[in-house]
Amino acid sequence: MTTTAERRPTRAPAARRPGPAGPPRPRRDTGRHLLLAGVSLLWLIPLLWAVYTSLRSYGDTARHGYFSWPHGVGLENYADAWTQSGMPHFLLNSLLITVPSVLGTLLFSAAVAFFVSRFGFRFNLALLMLFTAGNLLPAQVLITPLYRLYLLIPLPAWMSDSLLLYNSAWGIIAIHIAYQCGFCTFVLSNYMKTIPKEISEAAVVDGAQVWRQFFQIILPLCRPAFAALATLESIWIYNDFFWPLTLIETGDKRPITSALANLQGQYFTNPNLIAAGALMTAIPTLLVYFALQRQFISGLTIGSGKG
Amino acid sequence: MSSPPTAPHRPGRLGTGDRLFLTAVIGIPVLALLVLVWLPALASVALSFTSWDGIDLGDIHWTGLDNYHQILTNYPPFWPAVRHNVIWLLFTALLPTPFGIFLAYQLDKKIRFTRIYQTAIFLPMVLSLAVVGFIWEIIYNPDTGLLNSVLGTAGAGHPVDWLGDPDLNLWAVLVASGWRHTGYIMILYLAGLKGFDPALKEAAALDGANGRQTFLRVVFQALKPVNIIILVVTVMESLRAFDIVYVLGGGVGSKPGMELLSLLITDNIIGESGHIGYGSALAVVLLLVSLAAIGTFLVQTFRKEEQ
Repeated sequence: MTTTAERRPTRAPAARRPGPAGPPRPRRDTGRHLLLAGVSLLWLIPLLWAVYTSLRSYGDTARHGYFSWPHGVGLENYADAWTQSGMPHFLLNSLLITVPSVLGTLLFSAAVAFFVSRFGFRFNLALLMLFTAGNLLPAQVLITPLYRLYLLIPLPAWMSDSLLLYNSAWGIIAIHIAYQCGFCTFVLSNYMKTIPKEISEAAVVDGAQVWRQFFQIILPLCRPAFAALATLESIWIYNDFFWPLTLIETGDKRPITSALANLQGQYFTNPNLIAAGALMTAIPTLLVYFALQRQFISGLTIGSGKG
Repeated sequence: MSSPPTAPHRPGRLGTGDRLFLTAVIGIPVLALLVLVWLPALASVALSFTSWDGIDLGDIHWTGLDNYHQILTNYPPFWPAVRHNVIWLLFTALLPTPFGIFLAYQLDKKIRFTRIYQTAIFLPMVLSLAVVGFIWEIIYNPDTGLLNSVLGTAGAGHPVDWLGDPDLNLWAVLVASGWRHTGYIMILYLAGLKGFDPALKEAAALDGANGRQTFLRVVFQALKPVNIIILVVTVMESLRAFDIVYVLGGGVGSKPGMELLSLLITDNIIGESGHIGYGSALAVVLLLVSLAAIGTFLVQTFRKEEQ
């Protein structure tokens, strides 16, 4: 944070130079800064309140109330939540679902988008519509038949100890990929349209096969879009709890979002501890967001520009 | 698979390796989409005309339009749920959505700290719903919550029960939902603004348009594709609103004052009652309303590509 704040001032005069250097300009920016800073602060208050609660001991808040000055702050609640709720186990479950789901979604949707935007088959528009519309169907509409279907599909023992797609991480990964491909295909096909056709046509003349065009030319060019989609998809998939709630029966197979409910049931008398546990579950998505933040906006060229 | 005469690449040109590659990377997601998303959606439509307890497949009885008749005439939570979904949509479309667009427009100016403001306002979208639910619980808690403490209503004899009072709880949840939605719309619109040609804005400024006129008459008009996406996101998020209500309602299904279609479906399908036909009919109602939104979106987005 501090490094960006320090680097910015050197760039700001350059940005301001092209405009007419009239006196009203800086004043209007001050108003804008006040507004944006105010909104930002207002938006952060709920989160800061949770952080504040999580740092105080239960004894302190029980004696003085939550709306009071702290009598000592510490990270004990975090340590307790981490060790007492089996959090590392559920975090691993979440990662084992989220990472393959995001990678699978990006790979398959990139392939469909590549196909739709590069090949003039008549049904490609229908294909794109089928994917886009599929993503917009409410999950509740699918759940009953999907549940029955999952009970019918067998899996080998090395993949799932339930021997079924039901109650296994594979089932959750499969529905995430099927469901999320629509949005990614839509964004990526818009993005790929902005890549000049000449680039891949040159590759065809050079005799490159389609799969090499795809992996060596198109995919590297789509990196900003991948960064943006990876951010959004990681957030959505990691945070989802509807599919695990309905398609995973066993408590200890569930991801961290639905497992947090256990913590709440177990320690409902100690909100400070639950606050610490809840905030810790947010760390993975925060890391992804901060890591890919630079390309986040530029990669989401949804329907804009030449699209 | 007939290709139109205008096709730039003919399928006949592909080698065997390329055909295998395309079949695999296109075939797998298409199959997953059809089997896991579209097939269950159609099966839900079929189940909505039956009565079934959800246990034995042999117990499915055809009942025609009976479920629909029951829902419309003899299911007390249905009309409140419809009303709440409409309120949800109107609230989201009138407050967080325009505010998100407004913030995006302010952030698009080349000013300092843009990324810090962006991060602060988008942060609620990054947090998992477990965290969001918990954050608002410790704000709305009648006895110890931040809101009652600040308002001074906590110690008094009758603390305001923000999440329990049926006249208040929908609005309390809408504030939490708007807190997240604003950042989402802001990011989507910001991405659209990045693809906007600055020359158009400069031309408007030369013609003597002020900031508001430039936005309403030039930028907003030129960003029609993004506006459509924002509209669809707002409508779809309002229709399938589930997670945040489920978490803030205590995770036990619908609660007086907070009934929503998605929660009623879950009540009937997942609850012990096992009214699958009934829940499916509710799902079809939700599906039909969603399809109206999806259809509008697809027609608007893909019409120009058809030509």
